[in-house]
Amino acid sequence: MEWMVWTTPTTVFFAVIAVLLACMTTWELVSPTIERKGFLPISTTRGDRFFIGLLSSAYIHLIVVGFTPLSIWLALGASVVWCLILMRWG
Amino acid sequence: MNKVYNNRAWWLILPMLLLVAFSAIIPLMTVVNYSVQDVFDAHTRFFTGTEWFSEMLNNPELQSALLRQFAFSLTVLAIEVPLGIGIALIMPKKGWQASAVLILVTMPLLIPWNVVGSIWQIFTRGDIGLMGWSLRELGYGYNITSSPVDAWATIILMDVWHWTPLIALLCYSGLRSIPDAYYQAARIDRASKWSVFRYIQLPKLTNVLVIGVLLRFMHSFMIYAEPFVLTGGGPGSSTTFLSQSLTTMAIGQQDLGPSAAFSLIYFLIILLVTWVFYTAIMNMQKDNNKEA
Repeated sequence: MEWMVWTTPTTVFFAVIAVLLACMTTWELVSPTIERKGFLPISTTRGDRFFIGLLSSAYIHLIVVGFTPLSIWLALGASVVWCLILMRWG
Repeated sequence: MNKVYNNRAWWLILPMLLLVAFSAIIPLMTVVNYSVQDVFDAHTRFFTGTEWFSEMLNNPELQSALLRQFAFSLTVLAIEVPLGIGIALIMPKKGWQASAVLILVTMPLLIPWNVVGSIWQIFTRGDIGLMGWSLRELGYGYNITSSPVDAWATIILMDVWHWTPLIALLCYSGLRSIPDAYYQAARIDRASKWSVFRYIQLPKLTNVLVIGVLLRFMHSFMIYAEPFVLTGGGPGSSTTFLSQSLTTMAIGQQDLGPSAAFSLIYFLIILLVTWVFYTAIMNMQKDNNKEA
């Protein structure tokens, strides 16, 4: 796998995404999602909110990295909190 | 009707998943790997973290290429979608005329991108090109190599010429699938042409328009060969779109790290815009169904 020039951070990143996807699948099998409307303007399923959470997290990271002097760990923390809010009340 | 839910059917997509993993997912992961490193050769590489990302986001050239890209995509969508619907509405519906018009309309879609670029490059030349020569004879100093306005107008005209047929064909097939009973009901109600369009044809076209708008947005947002052949991104950098900046960086300068970071930003923008389009249109449909 050396030709793919893996690094520890990217390995961890993809592993976490894979684990999250596996968890979402298991969760769906155990208790299927019900589409509902939260604070988002559209009604969403659990998977929709998961996707919105990941995509907005990517943008949070880009904004923090590109336009602020803040640490990327702050972006990560903010994203995790944001995703949890989104999954629960979104 | 009893619908049987059996999730084991998901295993059937496994071969497709493996194929996509090999051709798309794993290469994308490699791009992520490159974006956080400075890679010199197979054995020399340095971890740079988020440096490339902040550099790319603050690069003024790329920022203006991004703005140009949005301006271009929105302009061609704003022209091609209404024009495509209009053409589909006036296309003949049966007989030999229908086949003849279909063939004529489809023609531009069959021409490869770089050939379209070459055709228009010659077409717009002042000395031997029909359009360039005619405009000059009419007294307009048309020149795509020195005037950004001319270059822009030509590129947009070229894209409209090349891709409006796609929207027209999609809409045409959408219109054909409307049962005659709808039109009969409209005639009984003495509905005007406009209300027939607004309340019968347009709602029935939503599905094909979603596909059309998405395809056209993605295509135009990734446009490369046509402007590259026609103007080479010039005059100056006035028609340099995102993919061309990216290619210059990745292939021309071999800056793998920065161009990987830039590709990912590019990818995220496309992902966001297509998702927003898709969700907006799907929700409009849901609301329509509720009303109906």
